[in-house]
Amino acid sequence: MRMFHVTSISYKRLLQDLFEVSEGCSSLEVLREWNRPLRTLSSQQDHKLMFGLLFSLKSFTAKMDPSSVEKGNLGVPQLPGQGCSFHSFSTNSYKLSLMETPSGIKIILVTNPKTGDLQESLKHIYSLYVEYVVKNPLYSPGTQIRCELLNTALDQYVKNV
Amino acid sequence: MAPLAPRSGDAIFANVERVNAELFTLTYGAMVRQLLTDLEEVEEVNKQLDQMGYNIGIRLIDEFLAKSNVSRCVDFKESADVIAKVGFKMFLGITATVTNWDADGTSCSLVLEDNPLVDFVELPDTCQGLYYCNVLSGVIRGALEMVSMKTEVTWVRDMLRGDDAYELRVKLLKQVPEEYPYKDDE
Repeated sequence: MRMFHVTSISYKRLLQDLFEVSEGCSSLEVLREWNRPLRTLSSQQDHKLMFGLLFSLKSFTAKMDPSSVEKGNLGVPQLPGQGCSFHSFSTNSYKLSLMETPSGIKIILVTNPKTGDLQESLKHIYSLYVEYVVKNPLYSPGTQIRCELLNTALDQYVKNV
Repeated sequence: MAPLAPRSGDAIFANVERVNAELFTLTYGAMVRQLLTDLEEVEEVNKQLDQMGYNIGIRLIDEFLAKSNVSRCVDFKESADVIAKVGFKMFLGITATVTNWDADGTSCSLVLEDNPLVDFVELPDTCQGLYYCNVLSGVIRGALEMVSMKTEVTWVRDMLRGDDAYELRVKLLKQVPEEYPYKDDE
């Protein structure tokens, strides 16, 4: 499990955080932070918390799924294709949107709670990731992403959302 | 509701960037030729091609997922179908047929009638043991590994060796669930 994580702006009512997560490496990494005034934890703890939150929430949502009979046990990791997954949740102060690809990449956006559905944006970010990270010969899968072009593209995209 | 997985890759194939087929074929040929010169042993070349394919596969899967809009496959059968109909179409412009399922649904054959990699190719006597397209088996293995399926991919039939089609045997070894990467006391 590897994660990366981008943190973003708050234009009027926009993105604050963008995490990206993926399989293969053992930590979550912040790809980009735009506006995040209050940092309460160390970044490593931050990543662990985020991962734990998603991991448990996913297993709870699958457990509560009324449409499937096969539920598995709580906390037991699921095979790909099993169970359902959630798209977003919101609190009174923020909204978290998640996209998880079958290859284990998780892209997370933390935004203003009034933001609408972000699935399209997440898909777009995934395609940016493919274009600038996956196709970058200097990037070896599983390592930290250091890619200026991706950052520039993300910044631009987020500005225009 | 999640978008349904496309049943054919035609639409995607029309939209992706393409290169000239001959350029592609000849580049691949030149690469295999160079490997044969560098490594000398045919066995080594097979291994190297497979490894190269694997390295391609683990990256290619993300491009595939991002462009094809395929969401999760329910089982291995569906995955095989998507590889044959959408995957091959998207990256090679051909489609494969899925046949010869074994009883418990864990292994199947992908049969390619047409294979753009082998235009202009003839195996000389010295290279009879060469699996010329071994890169393909590596790609499939690598791509499936990224979606948590450990597989074993082998060539059953190869037209360059005098068979009537190209047949790849894909065997599912196990599915690995997502793991919690942190230890409790960290």
